[in-house]
Amino acid sequence: MNPSNVLRNVARATRRPSVAAVPRQRLLATGLRLSGWRTVTTTSEVADKPGAAPAKKEVKFTADSYPNIQRGSQFSKLTAEDIAYFESICPIVSTEKGATQDDLESFNTDWMRKYRGQTTLVVKPKTTEDVSNILKYCNERKLAVVPQGGNTGLVGGSVPVFDEIVINMSAMNNVRSFDAVSGILTCDAGVILENADSYLRERGFIFPLDLGAKGSCHVGGNVATNAGGLRLLRYGSLHGTVLGVEAVLPDGTILDDLSLLRKNNTGYDLKQLFIGSEGTIGIITAISIVCPQRPKSQNVALLLVESFEKVQETFVKTKEQLSEILSAFEMMDINSQRLVRQVTGKSHPLKGEAPFYVLIETSGSNAEHDDEKVGALLQNLMEDEIILDGTMAESEAQVRELWTWREGVPEALGHWGGVYKYDVSIPLSELYLLVEDVRAKMSSLGLLSTPENPDNVVVDVVGYGHMGDSNLHLNIPVRGFDKRVEKALEPFVYEWIQKRRGSISAEHGLGVAKSEFVGYSRGPTELAVMQRIKNMFDPNEIMNPYKYIKA
Amino acid sequence: MSALRILVPIKRVLDYAIKPRIAASGKAIDLTGQKMSLNPFDELSIEASVRLREEHKTRIEDILAFSAGPQKSQDALRTAMAMGADRGLLVDTATTELEPLAVAKILKRVVEKEKSNLVILGKQSIDDDAGQTGQMLAGLLGWGQATQAADIKLEGDTVTVVKEVDGGTETVKGKLPMVVTTDLRLNEPRYASLPNIMKAKKKKLEQIPLKDYGEGLEGRLEVLQLVEPPPRQGGGKVADVSGMISKLKELGAL
Ligand SMILES: Cc1cc2nc3c(=O)[nH]c(=O)nc-3n(C[C@H](O)[C@H](O)[C@H](O)COP(=O)(O)OP(=O)(O)OC[C@H]3O[C@@H](n4cnc5c(N)ncnc54)[C@H](O)[C@@H]3O)c2cc1C
Repeated sequence: MNPSNVLRNVARATRRPSVAAVPRQRLLATGLRLSGWRTVTTTSEVADKPGAAPAKKEVKFTADSYPNIQRGSQFSKLTAEDIAYFESICPIVSTEKGATQDDLESFNTDWMRKYRGQTTLVVKPKTTEDVSNILKYCNERKLAVVPQGGNTGLVGGSVPVFDEIVINMSAMNNVRSFDAVSGILTCDAGVILENADSYLRERGFIFPLDLGAKGSCHVGGNVATNAGGLRLLRYGSLHGTVLGVEAVLPDGTILDDLSLLRKNNTGYDLKQLFIGSEGTIGIITAISIVCPQRPKSQNVALLLVESFEKVQETFVKTKEQLSEILSAFEMMDINSQRLVRQVTGKSHPLKGEAPFYVLIETSGSNAEHDDEKVGALLQNLMEDEIILDGTMAESEAQVRELWTWREGVPEALGHWGGVYKYDVSIPLSELYLLVEDVRAKMSSLGLLSTPENPDNVVVDVVGYGHMGDSNLHLNIPVRGFDKRVEKALEPFVYEWIQKRRGSISAEHGLGVAKSEFVGYSRGPTELAVMQRIKNMFDPNEIMNPYKYIKA
Repeated sequence: MSALRILVPIKRVLDYAIKPRIAASGKAIDLTGQKMSLNPFDELSIEASVRLREEHKTRIEDILAFSAGPQKSQDALRTAMAMGADRGLLVDTATTELEPLAVAKILKRVVEKEKSNLVILGKQSIDDDAGQTGQMLAGLLGWGQATQAADIKLEGDTVTVVKEVDGGTETVKGKLPMVVTTDLRLNEPRYASLPNIMKAKKKKLEQIPLKDYGEGLEGRLEVLQLVEPPPRQGGGKVADVSGMISKLKELGAL
């Protein structure tokens, strides 16, 4: 068997002009990666329908959609001298230096095309010293900044509100070291998650975090948002896996807490403060993280389930029978699957339809053992009539294809022009009730599209998420952002969650989007302590202002 | 109009999404612990035969999935049966590697014994990339053959096949019995549903040792070495358009 031939065959297989000729390729995902997550080439029935506006509309300035946010009067405005100084440190993109608004567009606008800042300057430091010099200068001059990773954040935290300088971390993208005995990886903050994972794959290891935006997001951004993702169930949160952080404080101090130790009970655990701090107390320039062995065997099954009660039963049985090899348990509702099908034009791997879909993944070290366990589980689920139908990936290509029906959901939802996104944590038994209640509300207000009124502003009300972590993504795709929809959603959703002692932001963070609602999940004493921490690190409040916890 | 007995030969190979690594001997691919799955072209053959059944119903008397390979090839046969094949036949080759001619010879005997009158198989298997089995089988049987099928139509005893050819397609017509090899655009193989996966476990899977197929199967070629493709040269970045133009000139492209 000749490896060059194998590769050639695959190349031949993929060279064919017709997309449909490449069975079960992860077309959606590759499309996303190549296009920087904006333009997806799709065969779409929807785009041609009247009223389905393509997502090309100009994005409103955040400053206009949030008139109650005022530019901080303490902040200076950029001068020619400032720009000359930054230019002496590292590459910059500046209108003063001939960059156009178009050049700055991708740094000013967020992934959802919902938030848009007005910066005229982007700096791209290459070293920790560069970051230190930049922040020290900004702190002295009182110039506000926004740390920016891959700009895939979903709460408007990664783009400016006004003219804050964007400190883009993409030029700091080297792996610093990897220890194959302990599995500890140390790398710059700007390494793209997927690149870190590929680097580890070649060495038999896996990055303990995986999420749909992996082709663009940075590991530094992941740590800054404490991203949860698809395998939290298995590998735990970044609070456990991140061993160390190197960060630059607003005054330019380099905090070297790049520990390579799993255990270190010597004083306050400072790195923890940076995990999930969303660029408000300093810039993360490097991380060290402990990475597990890459599983040798993986199975993926996609199941069809008739009710949310049955989804919960499936979850219980799955944990019971798969225990240590279970690595993901994702739930998608029928609406999400229909929308992915509509937007991508692909046919769904499961023939029938039912209200709920569940994706199960196992990761283990012995294929035979895993196959047997998964086979037995699926058989039991069928025989006990807990699930209606399902399928199992027989090849790596099928593994990837099945995953696209979960990972492709956020992208597909963005197709109509806008999405209201809620990322919430609710006790499991009531997880899906929120979607039903919101749907009923949209319907009673006459906002939801129906066969009779297909052009109503709300395309659909969709629920999916990391069931294994009690984490629901409630998404409301719309044909355009609309005050009536906002009024119907807020504070309704937050009050609903507060009543159940849930979290209004499970894994996406606060940014601009959730900042004013944090009181629904945190008490005044907690918030006061957080405020003191912020003041201690960043007395001039130059770090990512107008977001997160506000004074 | 004759009833149809379809034979679908398949092979279990290194999963096509996995990068092959050369074993220490330098003469084989290291398969230990690697993900193996059905040769992608074979999925298309199975799908094609199942679609024929869906269209022609009872006229399709039998769909037999066949594999010559190690015991583990049972997995591939079960997958084929979950997708819709009626039974499986495994010729257990243990550790013997068969060359395409040997496989074709075995297939000829299977065809004769099973009274198959349509053989649908992949145009190649992505491991050794030989692309010869279908043609040799047609030669041994003295049957007509249509290679690289992008479409297969059956009317009476006539089979019409649209073939992939460089830059376009060619449509040919022939009479049963016939050998058809499948190409990528033929169809989009289905996912086996759980009930069908379970049913497949109960379908008949017959095993026959290689020695029952007699003489003349030994290989004629010896692998001397395997070499990986040269690593790709990293790309370079240019600062601006004029940088790119001068680079292109430097490379003699302009
Ligand atoms: C398709 C899609 C799927 C997603 N799925 C998930 C999911 O499953 N789970 C989940 O948790 N999240 C998910 N997200 C959102 C997630 O928060 C981000 O994708 C990711 O973690 C952010 O990384 P980034 O590099 O893009 O950061 P950015 O978006 O650039 O920044 C996010 C925040 O971190 C700050 N920041 C970035 N880099 C640094 C740094 N080096 N130092 C200090 N602060 C910094 C920014 O100021 C900003 O506040 C998804 C997003 C998309 C688009």
